[in-house]
Amino acid sequence: MSDADPAIQVDGLVKRYGSRAVVDALSFEVQRGEIFALLGPNGAGKSTTVEILEGYRERDEGTVRVLGLDPIGEAGRLKPRIGVMLQSGGLYLTMTPREAVRLFATFYLHPNDPDEMLTLVGLDEAAGTRYRRLSGGQKQRLSLALALIGRPELLFLDEATAGMDPQARRVTWNLIRSLRDSGVTVLLTTHYLEEAERLADRVAIIDAGRLIKIGTPSDLAGVDTGGVRLRTAMPVDLEVLRDLPAAAKVHQNGDGLIELETGNAPQLLVEITERLRDVDVPILELRVGSGSLEELFLRLTGEGLRE
Amino acid sequence: MKPAALVTAIGAQCRTEVVLTLRRGESVLVTIVVPIVLLVFFASARVLPRGGRGIDYLLPGTLALAVISTSLVSLGIATAYERYYGVLKRLGSTPFPRSGLVAAKMLAVATIEVIQIALLAGVGAIFFAWRPHGSFPLALLVLGLGTLAFAGLGLILAGNLRAEATLAGANGVFVFFLLIGGLFVPLDHLPGWLVPFARLLPADALSDVLRSVLRYAKLPWSSAITLFAWALALPVIAARTFQWE
Repeated sequence: MSDADPAIQVDGLVKRYGSRAVVDALSFEVQRGEIFALLGPNGAGKSTTVEILEGYRERDEGTVRVLGLDPIGEAGRLKPRIGVMLQSGGLYLTMTPREAVRLFATFYLHPNDPDEMLTLVGLDEAAGTRYRRLSGGQKQRLSLALALIGRPELLFLDEATAGMDPQARRVTWNLIRSLRDSGVTVLLTTHYLEEAERLADRVAIIDAGRLIKIGTPSDLAGVDTGGVRLRTAMPVDLEVLRDLPAAAKVHQNGDGLIELETGNAPQLLVEITERLRDVDVPILELRVGSGSLEELFLRLTGEGLRE
Repeated sequence: MKPAALVTAIGAQCRTEVVLTLRRGESVLVTIVVPIVLLVFFASARVLPRGGRGIDYLLPGTLALAVISTSLVSLGIATAYERYYGVLKRLGSTPFPRSGLVAAKMLAVATIEVIQIALLAGVGAIFFAWRPHGSFPLALLVLGLGTLAFAGLGLILAGNLRAEATLAGANGVFVFFLLIGGLFVPLDHLPGWLVPFARLLPADALSDVLRSVLRYAKLPWSSAITLFAWALALPVIAARTFQWE
């Protein structure tokens, strides 16, 4: 194999649990040095796909190459070159971050400096705190440090930023970008549309184990237009909004969020603000574009998310 | 991994296992405190065997209990929780092989047992005038076989049951062996119908062989064969049935 090979090749991958295919004829390639996101709702088959690539699970059909190697048959040659961040857990409760990075460093031939890794993910002050006392975000960052300790060429991040507060998420995004800039390939799974849009070079949207769309974030952004979302400080009669000339369709979610479809978002924004001023209803939130995975799925597939 | 790197990694993993075992209060309680308390209690209470010196009966039984507490209870429960919390899965994504992990765990168990043996022999010698006789190398071999058997049993539980069930199961089996495994209560004090069954248990085989080896430097063949069979069968079953996730 050479460095010109794709980092990951997946061709016709099928994985069944019983008679149900959780991954169904999935094909995609990840190029060297890119951040590639698998985006989809919970249960879409993202984690199963990643675990097959990591060598944790057998596949039923199709071919899979990771850095040109078979993840199970050639695991001994693959594992020194990859870094894996699991969705959750994975450490002794009574162990400290410093002990963990020092232990994991002994598993690799040319590891990063353990203490530098803790600094990199911002765990200096928590280095001597036992794992069970770390916050959710700190646990995630330790997991990231462990995934990076062996200087991986390819990094797997499974829902890496789930449970992180917005600031920790932004720090993590910057870290992932700088890894990409130093030549590391990153495959991440997420169910946050925003994360895929802002972080990934390319995104594959999957649902029910099938590939729905693959492309750059701007390819996807073109799909996500034409909606206005509104949240008010007090209940508002939906008929008042339906009467607005620029509003095509209006409906309210269970949590009070009002979604308005329109062909002319700027005009609708003006009409909404004027109308609500007249009836004296304060606005809590008003924005264009749905920003939700659900909305995107609706537009791509014509149907809502399966539960 | 290359051999030299593997040795380093096994050493680091073994050190981690020992440190974490000694850091868990419940592990220290069951591996260190309980055997010492039982030894001191039975040696002082003089409720047990007539004839011969009590300490020569009690110390081998306590050493057998120490082996059971470390290799079955402490190792089994710790491993079950490592499986539950995804530690084993996490290690599985690194180049450190499973064989290395098993080797590190065995070395860690041996290290804890050396501490136990030193403490128990020390307490026996200082307070109850126990003196070593019999065959020391043979005793080490027997303790090693016992460790294999009970570590196998602990890992069968850890690799197949939920963590909570392993916790309950390992403690339950521990008490069961304590009562009818010939550790402190001689088998001929048990109800007659129970004796043939108790004789087949690995706990009785271990304590019986240990007693004979430490007193007469001789292997009692029937018990030795029973112990050897358990030491072979239980680890094989553990390796075949262990579920890593």
